[in-house]
Amino acid sequence: MNVIPPETLVPRPARERQFSRGRGRHEDIRQAVFDLEAKGEWTVQRVPAPYRELTTKYGLVKKIPLQHTWHHKSCGQCGHIPGYSTSIFWINRKLGFDYFDPQDQTSCTAWNYYASATSNAVAQAAVALRNFAAAYETGYYPLIHCGTSYGHYKEVRAELVRHPELRAEVRRILEKLGKPMVVPEEIVHYSEWLHAIREEIKTRQVRDFSNIVVAVHPACHYYKLVEGDAIYDPDIYGGQRTAVVTGLAEALGARVADYSTWFDCCGFGFRHILVQRDFTRSFATMRKIEVMKEEANPDVVLTHDTGCVTTLDKSQFAARAHGRNVGIPVLSDAQFAALAMGAHPYRVCQLHWHSADYRPLLEKMGVDWRAAWEEFKADLERLKRGEVQYLTWDDVD
Amino acid sequence: MGPGMTLAPHSYPEVPLAEKLRLFNEVKADPRFKDYLYGCYECGICVAACPSARFYDFSPRKITQALAREDVELVYEQINDDIWNCSQCFSCLRCPRGNNPGGLITIMREVAIRNGLRSAKEALQGYSRVIYKVMSTGTQVSPDMLQFDAFPDWGPSVREESENLQLWRRALPPETMHTTSMSWRVADRTLVELYLIWHSAGVMGMIEEVDPGLAMILADLMAEKLEEYGLSV
Repeated sequence: MNVIPPETLVPRPARERQFSRGRGRHEDIRQAVFDLEAKGEWTVQRVPAPYRELTTKYGLVKKIPLQHTWHHKSCGQCGHIPGYSTSIFWINRKLGFDYFDPQDQTSCTAWNYYASATSNAVAQAAVALRNFAAAYETGYYPLIHCGTSYGHYKEVRAELVRHPELRAEVRRILEKLGKPMVVPEEIVHYSEWLHAIREEIKTRQVRDFSNIVVAVHPACHYYKLVEGDAIYDPDIYGGQRTAVVTGLAEALGARVADYSTWFDCCGFGFRHILVQRDFTRSFATMRKIEVMKEEANPDVVLTHDTGCVTTLDKSQFAARAHGRNVGIPVLSDAQFAALAMGAHPYRVCQLHWHSADYRPLLEKMGVDWRAAWEEFKADLERLKRGEVQYLTWDDVD
Repeated sequence: MGPGMTLAPHSYPEVPLAEKLRLFNEVKADPRFKDYLYGCYECGICVAACPSARFYDFSPRKITQALAREDVELVYEQINDDIWNCSQCFSCLRCPRGNNPGGLITIMREVAIRNGLRSAKEALQGYSRVIYKVMSTGTQVSPDMLQFDAFPDWGPSVREESENLQLWRRALPPETMHTTSMSWRVADRTLVELYLIWHSAGVMGMIEEVDPGLAMILADLMAEKLEEYGLSV
């Protein structure tokens, strides 16, 4: 006869309870990806060494490549928050990591798909696999900058595994393009990479962040879409929220302050941010920025996706005009890490593309932003005079 | 729900039931449908997590239930009146039953576009330039789309960015990012491959349904580039 252990019937004090998550309903789709490779359906691109092993939400191990990465850039980051992408590249360079910034890359086109639905499952999967094939052909491994691309590609991977007819359609299209069917062993977001190398970043930290208070906005498409792939750590929020961004901020000595609406999205809305911004502005300020301000009063909001930075940053101007309690700078984790490592706020982090006032934050970090702006202005004058056509990495390293 | 039973008996009476049923069946025929809908506990967790539910008369729970109950009339009403309010953040994936209301809405939106519904055209008013940009350049929201006229609510920094655009882009160290009309430099051959995908996967037909003028412009632009590479669709 099975006897119920008596200790399980006695509630333990809350402080002694430990959260442990079972596999639950989450399947490890990577096995199915390998099975399809064994059947000759496609090639699986292996994560190159050196890599680090992190734990996902349901306890699976995920390999995060450190270098030899193919940078799958983001439309909104490169377009409107260029310091986001530039900071990712700069950190690679500072750490001496080999990487590749391709031109044979298109957008995942998922922003448009979630906004307008003027596409379909076949096209979206073909776009994804065309990009994966392009990475494979270079020998570099995809590192995805955008949270939506990351989430959408995981959706596409699941759809391709589940539906042979979809694979057949995509194969037909890729054959026309002369591209192989390739799926990466892991779909990796850059914030996972930053999380994996946070100790290396800390080792090279030259600015003191111990007096910086951070509010973290976790990006929906990072941890809600195909949730099982996101990185969790029992030591960060007791494993109840994704560990990325927060883990990095804490490693750099900042204090992460909590607020009640952390689970809420930013209000981006995909379609709304472009053609129905009354919703976006209201949600971003009333459900996020004001709540952060009231409950955490942070020096900066850190997040890890394109739309979140744009929405939370740009929505504050109109809200301020209405006398709302706003006024927090918004940065990506990549810009925050780069600043910790001594990056130039304008040449590298390109903060002049941001709207909410970031200067008080820079002052708290010990950055003389006036001097830095003068240096950058001098760069611009050189460009204007035609002394150089572009600034290069040599100008900013 | 039995035949003829509906929670939206007076909705769109001018549209025949057969037409509503046709669209409903199109939604249900999507291969993803069965992966996204398992049933509904009516717990409302999806609504509690939903940003759109806070600011609109919108409920991911009602949409999921209408599809599960096969309430053809109500689904038709939702395709026209509700789905474009969704933020597509997928917070509703918190569903304890494993449903994906946001994914169901994606499918419903696709059906609305494929059938050229007037409500879909209205929802995308002013959006054509974005479709043009992503389909033609392979990147969305390029730097030159950030114009003060289009984004006055973002404040004076937008004006400063657009006025200094060429110069500021030249000050970016990555070589791929000196562009202004696309987010990064996409190789020509890559664009040709993207155009072949749009044609081969039936996307051009979808654009034709919602914006024939845009479809024509895109088709001409793509044909020229494809011809340059000795390709046709």
